[in-house]
Amino acid sequence: MSKENIQKIIDEINIERKEEWRADLRRSMKAKARGEIDRVHMIEREPDVRNKIFEEVNLGYTEEMAILEAKRCLDCPSPTCVMGCPVAVKIPSFIKLVEEGKFLDAAKKIKETNSLPAVCGRVCPQEEQCEGNCIYIKMGKPPIAIGHLERFVADYERKMNAAEIVKPKEKKGKKVAIIGSGPAGLAAAGDLAKMGYDVTIFEALHEPGGVLIYGIPEFRLPKEIVRHEIENLKKMGVEIITDFVVGRTATIDELREEGYEAFFIGAGAGLPWMLNIPGENLNGVYSANEYLTRVNLMKAYKFPEYETPIARGKRVAVIGAGNTAMDAVRTSKRLGAEHSMILYRRTRKEMPARIEEIKHAEEEGIEFIYLTQPIEFVGDENGWLKGIKCIKMELGEPDDSGRRRPIPIEGTEHIIEADVAIVALGTKPNPLIPDTTEGLKIKRRGEIEVDDSLQTSIPGVFAGGDVMRGGATVILAMGDGRDAAIAIDKYLSEKK
Amino acid sequence: MYKIIEKNTIAENEYSMKVIAPRIAKKRRAGQFIILIPSQGDERIPLTIVDSSPDEGWIEIIFQVIGATTFKLSLKNVGDEIYSLVGPLGRPTHIENWGTVVSVGGGVGIAPLLPITAAMKKAGNRIITILGARTKELLILEDRMAKYSDRVIIMTDDGSYGEKGLVTDAIKKLINEGEKLDMVLAVGPAIMMKFVSLLTKEYNIPTLVSLNTIMVDGTGMCGSCRVTVGKETKFVCVDGPEFDGHLVDWDNMLKRQTVYREQEKIAYEKVLSQYGKKN
Ligand SMILES: Cc1cc2nc3c(=O)[nH]c(=O)nc-3n(C[C@H](O)[C@H](O)[C@H](O)COP(=O)(O)OP(=O)(O)OC[C@H]3O[C@@H](n4cnc5c(N)ncnc54)[C@H](O)[C@@H]3O)c2cc1C
Ligand SMILES: Cc1cc2nc3c(=O)[nH]c(=O)nc-3n(C[C@H](O)[C@H](O)[C@H](O)COP(=O)(O)OP(=O)(O)OC[C@H]3O[C@@H](n4cnc5c(N)ncnc54)[C@H](O)[C@@H]3O)c2cc1C
Ligand code: SF4
Ligand code: SF4
Ligand code: FES
Repeated sequence: MSKENIQKIIDEINIERKEEWRADLRRSMKAKARGEIDRVHMIEREPDVRNKIFEEVNLGYTEEMAILEAKRCLDCPSPTCVMGCPVAVKIPSFIKLVEEGKFLDAAKKIKETNSLPAVCGRVCPQEEQCEGNCIYIKMGKPPIAIGHLERFVADYERKMNAAEIVKPKEKKGKKVAIIGSGPAGLAAAGDLAKMGYDVTIFEALHEPGGVLIYGIPEFRLPKEIVRHEIENLKKMGVEIITDFVVGRTATIDELREEGYEAFFIGAGAGLPWMLNIPGENLNGVYSANEYLTRVNLMKAYKFPEYETPIARGKRVAVIGAGNTAMDAVRTSKRLGAEHSMILYRRTRKEMPARIEEIKHAEEEGIEFIYLTQPIEFVGDENGWLKGIKCIKMELGEPDDSGRRRPIPIEGTEHIIEADVAIVALGTKPNPLIPDTTEGLKIKRRGEIEVDDSLQTSIPGVFAGGDVMRGGATVILAMGDGRDAAIAIDKYLSEKK
Repeated sequence: MYKIIEKNTIAENEYSMKVIAPRIAKKRRAGQFIILIPSQGDERIPLTIVDSSPDEGWIEIIFQVIGATTFKLSLKNVGDEIYSLVGPLGRPTHIENWGTVVSVGGGVGIAPLLPITAAMKKAGNRIITILGARTKELLILEDRMAKYSDRVIIMTDDGSYGEKGLVTDAIKKLINEGEKLDMVLAVGPAIMMKFVSLLTKEYNIPTLVSLNTIMVDGTGMCGSCRVTVGKETKFVCVDGPEFDGHLVDWDNMLKRQTVYREQEKIAYEKVLSQYGKKN
């Protein structure tokens, strides 16, 4: 989101803060007393129970817990937490509504800037964003559990089935095409529909939701939540066409001829990076995308009720240390692996995954093997993986990303036994759309190039989310979708 | 949802279907395929687009029942709908006038071979077709292949029709007869494509094969379909499905096809028993 848009929201929060009830509420309890309350822990399933099932790990707050946690928030005059949130959720405003027990109003408040709070409350890297900027951190105390509260409020609204379906006052009579139904596409579609455009989402897979459906597992983000959000979009009049690969089923130019006047490409970064080492095409070696898609989208974890197969290894090694790696390794444990391991070439400190996921993985009995880099997959006579040849690493000078660069230590080759290996090294955008769209410029690693208003090299064609960033977060993708909606509205209004 | 408007049994356990999918009918080119899900909750499976009518908006698929999903698909009848169907996927065949093209098809592989042969014929090639089957009853599409062929040779394992022997025997015979073969297309079981490729390599005849690896999304996202071609990893769904037969690592391809054999058997038996049948 642009600096000026964020400033605008902060100004609004400051006005809301001056409302009488808010001032009264602040006065009702001393800051010192608020600071003395311990951060309220969310209820979680026991590690030994949850690492065998796919039901959600976190069970959420009760109303009482939410209100107690809300009391901790100091309703700061210049709320630094908001600055840390990529879409500037009106954090103190919604939290104070929670303290008052006005949960539905709190939900509405969040939705002024974030259309998928039930998702973000669960998957945002809060420690780097909102919570990482909470004033409590400076006071040496655990920050307000903003993510937990956001999740509580959104779940409450869903259970009450109270989400407001905003119908536009008047239709603009213009068609906009959204490519991809991940968080970027969903957010753009929602905002454009509210403005009165005729919005159609084109989705390649048979079910909408992007990574939220095929990537992030049920135990972290129940699919029911994503489906609920998508149903609400449909109620707003957004049309979703699945089984439609833009570039194959029809190109952007062909859709333009069918009357679409503007486009938003939110096609994500779907292509897996592989290691390119010998043995990578052995049976039992997966990309994390395939492993997670089989389990989540195709329900292989319910085999044979569902017929999609998956290799259930005894010793599973996941290569990588991001959220995807954590999801894959915890999934393998749930599929019955005796040993589920993370192989990472750096150390725990450099791991890019959310802290909560690392903690949950550790509790669930995942083994972490650091400073280790695979150099070859070793197979048996039937073409099945039996081990991974690795080399030990040490950390050298920091690289461009600021993390210390791992360097192989000669003579430390060794074999780690494994019958399933999952490569989780990140993803890059699919070249299909640039390849089939005349004049669409991309960057070195395949990301679509955009200007400040998210417009691509082709007028009227906008892009955001992972397809433009090359692998980021749900909230950044969503923020892009919203910014693009504003830019598309401007483009279409100015166009004659 | 995609409506079935025609269904025929073309051999034991082999069916052809025409399905309404207007956009795909308009766009598709020889060599491309679709991925479908018979009913919600079923698996995604790839099938070649055998024919289409852009005007009437249908595509034709031909499939053999070999497991749970193809069995479920075979239960659908005219008027029923297919839950999900996406395409056209894969790269279209590179079509040019080579001179004499030998189209070699084995088993249900004759279905994917048909549209490619038709396109090659249209480009001005002389076509010699070699079709192989285990036995007479399993031979499919002979008439339709003949329409695009200058010469048709039939091979059966048991000699019940045409000549007794393998398709590679027929290719050898052509070469011995002094035919100048400019290009070989081979589509069928991986083992057949492997031996055709080994043979044509000896004689330096360019050979195109169409690989039927296991797929999930069909858009390059998962890597389930990957094979080793000329020492490089390729994704069949986006880099293929056709490759230079001389460069494919056949042993890797053959092994990858067996990765889920046990689970496929369990799934098939489960589905069969649900419908009161036995394998
Ligand atoms: C396993 C995993 C775990 C993650 N965990 C977290 C987390 O905890 N927190 C977090 O913030 N982020 C996480 N991320 C990252 C986050 O999911 C992504 O940054 C986010 O989903 C990007 O959203 P998007 O809308 O840009 O793309 P996507 O969610 O990738 O959606 C793109 C959609 O476009 C469709 N599409 C692609 N090409 C075409 C085409 N040609 N025609 C039609 N449709 C097309 C795709 O099928 C897909 O549905 C995770 C990612 C993965 C893979
Ligand atoms: C590009 C392409 C085009 C194809 N065209 C045709 C065609 O025109 N007609 C036809 O009959 N068959 C075709 N196939 C093969 C067809 O997809 C498989 O027969 C089908 O998937 C089997 O599914 P099943 O559940 O019935 O059997 P299963 O019991 O699941 O599998 C039996 C065997 O089929 C193969 N297979 C399994 N799942 C898949 C999958 N998802 N994708 C690919 N292969 C799989 C495996 O080798 C397996 O051992 C094609 C395959 C590809 C990749
Ligand atoms: S959207 Fe994410 S970063 Fe923003 S407040 Fe909510 S949890 Fe924090
Ligand atoms: S910085 Fe922390 S205490 Fe202050 S308003 Fe934000 S959440 Fe509340
Ligand atoms: S089928 Fe998934 S990448 Fe080819």
